[in-house]
Amino acid sequence: MTSLLASSLTDFVGDGLDLQVQVDAIALGAIFALMAVGIGLVFGVLRLVNFAYGQLIMAGAFALAYASDRDWPVGVGIALCFAAVLALSLAMERIVFRPLRAQSAAVMLIATFAVAFLLQSIALLWFGPLGKTATSLVELNRPVSVGSVEIRKITIVAIVTAAVCLGLLVLLLNRTSIGLHMRAASMDFQTARLLGVRANMVSGVAVLIAGMLAAVVAVMLTVQFPTVTPTFALQETILVLAGVVVGGMTRLLPATLGGFLIGYVSGLLGGALPTNQSQYLPSFLFGLVILVLLVRPDGLFTRRRGLVERV
Amino acid sequence: MTEGVLELSAVEVAYGGVTAVRDLSLSVAPGEIVGLIGPNGAGKSTTLHAIMGLVPPRAGDVLFGGRSIRGRAPEAIARSGIALVPEGRRLFGELTVEENLRLGLAGRSRSNGGDADLAAVAELFPVVEEFRHRLAGALSGGQQQQLAIARALVAKPSLLLLDEPSLGLAPTVVDLVFRTLQTIRERGLGVLLVEQRAQRTVALADRTHVLANGELRLTLTPDDAADTDKMVAAYFS
Repeated sequence: MTSLLASSLTDFVGDGLDLQVQVDAIALGAIFALMAVGIGLVFGVLRLVNFAYGQLIMAGAFALAYASDRDWPVGVGIALCFAAVLALSLAMERIVFRPLRAQSAAVMLIATFAVAFLLQSIALLWFGPLGKTATSLVELNRPVSVGSVEIRKITIVAIVTAAVCLGLLVLLLNRTSIGLHMRAASMDFQTARLLGVRANMVSGVAVLIAGMLAAVVAVMLTVQFPTVTPTFALQETILVLAGVVVGGMTRLLPATLGGFLIGYVSGLLGGALPTNQSQYLPSFLFGLVILVLLVRPDGLFTRRRGLVERV
Repeated sequence: MTEGVLELSAVEVAYGGVTAVRDLSLSVAPGEIVGLIGPNGAGKSTTLHAIMGLVPPRAGDVLFGGRSIRGRAPEAIARSGIALVPEGRRLFGELTVEENLRLGLAGRSRSNGGDADLAAVAELFPVVEEFRHRLAGALSGGQQQQLAIARALVAKPSLLLLDEPSLGLAPTVVDLVFRTLQTIRERGLGVLLVEQRAQRTVALADRTHVLANGELRLTLTPDDAADTDKMVAAYFS
């Protein structure tokens, strides 16, 4: 084990400099960052850790597979993916999150576990354990030459899409009144409501945006992993949750950076580990997560600022 | 005319098994300041929370403009024209002064004319205009209190509730707050003022109710402010 670790680390350093591995890692980080935003946004406003976030992505992926099965055009598949994920998101908010709003964080977390397993079981009943294949976008896996390196199109698409999504979100949060209301609600929900901020509106919008991001992630993940099973995106979600905690759960930017970081490190390690040892990847990642949390329990990217109370 | 009038009738509020306010009736009309004083734990803040819908009254009713607002959500009550300046101000310290003010606009029933109202409030509190782009958390306590009142006023409420606005402020700032309340009254707003500074409150308010152990014990008029015996008796009754 020690020698394995040592050789992996040597590879890690060596391959870490490899431009292609770097770009792939950044793309994975970008996708994870989008998931982190989806989880972090909902946590910020509703103080709810949505463990079922991965199942939203899974549902979107099945929608894409369903469309590709029937040879529907790519656009229709993507539209179906968005429709399925958004409908599920809103249903989740209305049926589960909203009635539980006054409950403790533990109750809500367990409730989202239940939702996650429910959706997974439905997928299992509907599509079977082997799942389906979404092939309409696999063409994006073809490489293009950028200088001396070959980069898959999806890598570029993922990075650009993530950057655009995050940019739009920043604009929404900082330039619109609903964005201001959401930021206020995530800082102090009760005071925001006392000022007239509509609780149902801000939580609905947060869930809706998180859903859109889940749909975007579903599209990009199915390109790289066309086989859609009921456990699709499950491991990614667990990693992102860990990344969000590592970054700092209570604020959106640290959470996003945490998501990016764990995706990036995961990509680097994935590139460094020999194929026959790739099953150790999660162990390495979670080992790192534990290490970080021991040193910085509040998160890697949070500043200790606290509320300024003055007289 | 019930427009803008707040009426509490036989309101009872309980936390779990503990009754915090019992059989409380009072009213506030536009253009008047009603004081609510009493020792800690008398139920003053609880009364404001019950009006704003943060704790549902167990019995009795809360009418605003002739209609019951009991059991409605806090945001719905805010949008119906009641603004609260909460205890400890509860500003968003990591947002700018302007963003805090803009949040006040969330309580308006109409969405037009927001910028004009922001300007009008800035006129009342020049300090708010001066530090527009600063983080609210970086203001002094007195400035924060002015911002908290300004934030409540941009919603154009017809009734303003204040929970111990003078708490922890320097004497000159307390003067400013009390002067502001007078201005607000002159503009025709109703004010329900919860305070620890009994004498000043009694002197300013059209009438002041003394609350003890969740019950209304006594109602004082401005003339009583100079009557030390009566003031002391009010507190130890």
